[in-house]
Amino acid sequence: MGSIRMAKKITKQKKDTKDKKWELRLYVAGNTPKSIVAIDNLKKYCEEHLAGQYSIDVVDLLVNPELAEGDQILAIPTLVRKIPLPIRKIIGDLSDKEKVLVGLDIISA
Amino acid sequence: MEILEKIPTGIRGFDEITEGGLPKARCTLVAGGPGSGKTMFAMQFLLNGAINYDEPGVFMSFEEKKEDLAKNFSSLGFDINELAAQKKVSIDYVRVERKEISETGEYDLEGLFVRLDYAIKKIGAKRVVLDTVESLFAGLSNGAILRAELRRLFEWLKDNGMTAVITGEKGDGAAITRQGLEEYVSDCVVVLDNRIYDQVATRRLRIIKYRGSVHGQGEYPFLFDELGMSVLPVSSLKLEHKVSEEHILTGVKDLDAMMDDVGYFKGSTILVTGSAGTGKSTMSASFTEAACKRGEKVLYFSFEESPRQLKRNMRSVGIDLEKYEKQGLLKFHATRPTEYGLESHLLLMQRAIQEGKPSVVIIDPLSNLVMVGTLLDVKSILIRLVDYLKDWGITAMFSSLTSGTGTEFGTIAGISSIIDSWIVLRDMREGREIKRELIVLKSRGMPHSRKIGQLVFTDGGLKILT
Repeated sequence: MGSIRMAKKITKQKKDTKDKKWELRLYVAGNTPKSIVAIDNLKKYCEEHLAGQYSIDVVDLLVNPELAEGDQILAIPTLVRKIPLPIRKIIGDLSDKEKVLVGLDIISA
Repeated sequence: MEILEKIPTGIRGFDEITEGGLPKARCTLVAGGPGSGKTMFAMQFLLNGAINYDEPGVFMSFEEKKEDLAKNFSSLGFDINELAAQKKVSIDYVRVERKEISETGEYDLEGLFVRLDYAIKKIGAKRVVLDTVESLFAGLSNGAILRAELRRLFEWLKDNGMTAVITGEKGDGAAITRQGLEEYVSDCVVVLDNRIYDQVATRRLRIIKYRGSVHGQGEYPFLFDELGMSVLPVSSLKLEHKVSEEHILTGVKDLDAMMDDVGYFKGSTILVTGSAGTGKSTMSASFTEAACKRGEKVLYFSFEESPRQLKRNMRSVGIDLEKYEKQGLLKFHATRPTEYGLESHLLLMQRAIQEGKPSVVIIDPLSNLVMVGTLLDVKSILIRLVDYLKDWGITAMFSSLTSGTGTEFGTIAGISSIIDSWIVLRDMREGREIKRELIVLKSRGMPHSRKIGQLVFTDGGLKILT
């Protein structure tokens, strides 16, 4: 029951995101369980809410350490919303769906 | 037993009190309030390593932007961009903007490790500075994760052979740092503080902990100047100075006579106290002249009169100081006492003494210097100064302004115990005339006159009638 109510709430508060593009970058450091959870979570949410409007770029800092400074990455995993601006960051394994959607400004808090 | 290796910080004085510097491949916590000099300490440790000890360093700043850091570095006379280009130093500015970050679920600070690792490998770093890592607590909300990760980070630095300085903001009450970093950085803890007395800031450094090493106890004053940071080691209070049997003439013939016909002991410390106009400077000048005549070097610290004024005044009693100045035997250092704190004065004097290598030092008057410190400070500084002079075998004459009988200063600051000879000058009313009296109040290790002399200024110098 809880999950249905939640879905309703999201629909109600869903923002007008129809013609927007979402460029997301997820920073990970190797194939850790946390990274895998984060990638899976992100893909799931995007398919649900931003189908056809998003791109996800996964950056492994163990491969490209020089990329960490540019986006001021400290915590792993970090999701960066590059577009639309302003830049937003969400750190953690993205397990709290609502927080992620709010954080990305897909729904209002 | 494992011998703790140390690496020099290159910070003058600090390596002495720690007998070698900071523990190698360990983390040192440098804690202090805002403006206490943590960042400067860290910077110097890094720069000296990179430039003088062939140990490149990574400076990771959590507070100041690269531009601001570059400015700070340039205040120490270093072009950080150039050093970066030469791969001696690498700077990374870590910014955490809480408002653009939200947190959900588990995370770690692997990104920070990756950045640090990348910077270290890029230049082959041996030293690391994290300044001030506690800022992370303002940017990220999960304190438990931060703590665990910082602990891991410090271990990681050790494992990678880095000698690190981690700065921390002073905590409330007994806490050394706000986030209790001292619990994780257990090898060496240094605390800096900056207190203000009578509008003069006095900086102090204390080593709270240094695992596996002896270190100086107590507080050490330090200062920043154009050469960076200097810590003043409290010199040996062991009284092991070489004691001289030689004598040195006072420059006033009649005074020599009062002092067993031999004058002062060489390497001793002489205090001349008196109220205004009793002839303290003239005593100093006479002593100066006598030393210069023997071909000895004199360093004259003037805290009241300008050298020009002093020279003019002394000509009137037949003492030509200018001549000795031209011969390179006499050097004046005129400073306004309020220009620096007491500690800085001491350091500047020590530096001038090291450069000039005089056999006689005059401080005229010491009482002006005393204005800029508290009594306790004054005593501790004087002890250090006297020790320093004795270590170098320098004979020193301090003048001091007093009112009344002329002994207050000695009792107040409690310095009479560190003075070898004490000459008191005072005005005495005799009928409608004021006469100047001279008393040798004490002179260690020699029989001296207990008579009260009358001091007379003549164009041939000072005379004493007994």
